[in-house]
Amino acid sequence: MSAYRRLDVNEVGDVTVVRFRDHKIVEDINIQELGQEMFQLVEKDRRGKLLLNFSSVEFLSSAALGKLITLDKKVKAHGGLLKLSNIRTEIYEVFSITKLNRLFDIKEDEADALAAFR
Amino acid sequence: MILPTYMPTSDKPWTWQCEKQFASDTRIGRRILEDVLKEMERQHWNQHDIFCVHLAVYEALINAIVHGNRGDLGKQVHFVCGISPQRVRVEITDEGPGFAPDSLPDPTDDEHLCRPGGRGVLLMRAFMSRVTFNPYGNHVTMERDRA
Repeated sequence: MSAYRRLDVNEVGDVTVVRFRDHKIVEDINIQELGQEMFQLVEKDRRGKLLLNFSSVEFLSSAALGKLITLDKKVKAHGGLLKLSNIRTEIYEVFSITKLNRLFDIKEDEADALAAFR
Repeated sequence: MILPTYMPTSDKPWTWQCEKQFASDTRIGRRILEDVLKEMERQHWNQHDIFCVHLAVYEALINAIVHGNRGDLGKQVHFVCGISPQRVRVEITDEGPGFAPDSLPDPTDDEHLCRPGGRGVLLMRAFMSRVTFNPYGNHVTMERDRA
């Protein structure tokens, strides 16, 4: 049984690929739990290369962006690498308006992101 | 505290209206928002417009419930919505201490980019055609025109 309730976690080589089980990442759907699971990947499991695949995500709130920013800080503090991929147009607009597309390394799809880790 | 007087919507050409007062529970807010989005679909608004209203109204509800009323179930949120084929209008009022939206730091500045919070109002303004707050900061009016 998976150790994660909010995430699907797989290894592709030395990269940890993470997908979200929730289609909508919002406050009242256990966003705290989602954050803790993502932070655990970095702080406890020591995953150095993280790829967040957003293909299942249809909606996210500003609180979800906050969790991603905190995750980015934790990854950097541990000397790791974080990339995002498969972000649909509307969600990318959220990253663009907030200028977080400058903070995060966002790739078109999983293959592009995996290649960028090499 | 005294809640502001609402602009009557009965003289507007809305084809659907709702007015709700509810305790500060995000689940109730989300259910009301789902009704709004369903009505937009019924009136053949496109998916991008629906996404924009979804995000902006969700952020405004969180502002009211979580930041304004601090999740206090004893405090109420007042929600008014009108939808026509050309325009969506939403008004949300909380019973919190209010805030000064124009004094918020710009979250897109380099020095603030890494802060986890403070993006809700930016997203509301970006995804709606017009967003205005009352001087007290506990009442927001938002409109989106059909793209």
